Amino acid sequence: MGTSPLLKVSGLSKNFGGVQAIADLSFELMQGELLGLIGPNGSGNTTAVNLITGFVKPSEGDIKFQGKDITGMAPYRIVRLGIARTFQMVKPFYQLPAYKNMIIPLYSPRVKQLVGGKYGDRDAVALDLLEEVGFERDAFVAYKSASVLPQGYLKRLELAKAIALQPDLILLDELFSGLSLAEVAGIVPIIEKLRQEGKTIIMIEHRLKELFRIADRVLVLNYGEKIAEGKAAEVMKSEAVKEAYLGTEA
Amino acid sequence: MEKRKERIDRGIKARSGDIFALSSWREMLYLAAPRLIPIIGFLILPLILGIYWQKVLLSVAVFALLAISWDILAQTGMISLGQALFFGMGAYASGVINYYLGWHPLIAIPLASVIGGVICTIFLLPVLRLRGIYFSMVTLIIPLMLVRIVEATKIFGGTEGLSGIAALPSRWIELYLIMGVLMAALFGFRRMLGSDYGLVLKGISDNDRSVMNAGINIYWFKTQALFISSCIGAFTGAFLTHVYMFVGMPVFALDYSILPIAAAVVGGPGTLAGATLGAFILVPLSELLRGIGGLRIVFYGLFLVIFIVALPEGLFHYIQRKYHQFERWVEVE
Repeated sequence: MGTSPLLKVSGLSKNFGGVQAIADLSFELMQGELLGLIGPNGSGNTTAVNLITGFVKPSEGDIKFQGKDITGMAPYRIVRLGIARTFQMVKPFYQLPAYKNMIIPLYSPRVKQLVGGKYGDRDAVALDLLEEVGFERDAFVAYKSASVLPQGYLKRLELAKAIALQPDLILLDELFSGLSLAEVAGIVPIIEKLRQEGKTIIMIEHRLKELFRIADRVLVLNYGEKIAEGKAAEVMKSEAVKEAYLGTEA
Repeated sequence: MEKRKERIDRGIKARSGDIFALSSWREMLYLAAPRLIPIIGFLILPLILGIYWQKVLLSVAVFALLAISWDILAQTGMISLGQALFFGMGAYASGVINYYLGWHPLIAIPLASVIGGVICTIFLLPVLRLRGIYFSMVTLIIPLMLVRIVEATKIFGGTEGLSGIAALPSRWIELYLIMGVLMAALFGFRRMLGSDYGLVLKGISDNDRSVMNAGINIYWFKTQALFISSCIGAFTGAFLTHVYMFVGMPVFALDYSILPIAAAVVGGPGTLAGATLGAFILVPLSELLRGIGGLRIVFYGLFLVIFIVALPEGLFHYIQRKYHQFERWVEVE
């Protein structure tokens, strides 16, 4: 682990009209860490991801990635620097077969830059990547149109598209939501493998039990404000967190 | 006993799909026929048709190219209602080059295609961020605005237009030039859309945020698609200017925007071949219906409606499916 943070978020705020979605959020993330970003629904988790990945422009504050200021940068430029994300509501290319969905990230200037010029046969690389996330090689599923794939495969496809970009930082927005326990159990090893490869990960998750098993640290948001940060066990003991999740007694 | 229809890929398709292990003339022909038939048709048709139908063929090729130009934009998620903008811009560019500079049509046409393409792309650059109906509305309005500008400022001959523009050297050059460009555009851009580059374009229409999330600047790709499409459209305008030896306000007419869409929809969007096929049906049909006078548009419209209701996937997709698959009834257990 390096001494300077991979990602540094300082005083980040975002308001949509009168709604304060994120208020004065600051945190740091070291290389190779897995940060869980939690909080009740509507607490600003996805907005935080949207701000970091450039899909939403912040009202105030700044974001530094590898020491470079990326505040308000266009999403495609941020991806080229090495930040990839998945979407909570999966965004596959429904017209295309699953493996052809992979061609678009593989066509990315970031991949061209890393691999150096020509990739070779992108179809073969796409099938390898899909196998990594659990599309069985011998089954027909990788060739099926994304429009007929079940949710579990769509989530895996979403993850594979992010991995294809060979990012340094991956933001996973509710990857486990809508999945069965068995499906989550199938995806956890993939995330652990990414960590072994030295990837830094931010996971927004409501499935806390599964998240706490793999997260180094968690950060709790409520109404856009950071109310706790630290080891999962310690954070969950905090009164503010209990109140945010369970409410107060009348 | 209950029965259901089963569709199965032909064995030849499975063998020739990606592997190209062709073992017989039959298989070679299976692969080559869909390409050979239009090529041979395009080469022979001008020779066997009379002068009147040659003119119709020329018109077919022009609308087929406009439909291809529309289809490329549509594949990138930009539904244009203004192919007349591209057409008219190319027409005026070529007319002006020939009228004022006296350059030969064979130089003016390619030059006007590029100039028209560049101008149209610049015109539409500010609205590339618009999606769906908003983009369509702008494309519909611009050619209508340009007509009024020409009328009000009396630029380039105003309402009279520019006449006496040089014609192409011969009828045969006219025919084979447009047929050659049509073939090159059809096969070339079909290949382009089937490539990884084409997948990115299709990806933009499917889910632009997801393409952005792959580190791809969608506006740059949309600009490229727009430039390609407007160059094709501008070529058709430039070409017809030298066929009619005139350029004027009618080049921005709504016909050049709507008929290509009808052709692409009847033929089946997304394949370019469908757009071409649609033009090959609709333009001659319109000519054939000339005989019935005032009711022509009614029958034409009726035909369009029946076609769209009966074959919503488009004629080309239907033919393609029939060619690659066979159907049989199987018993459901």
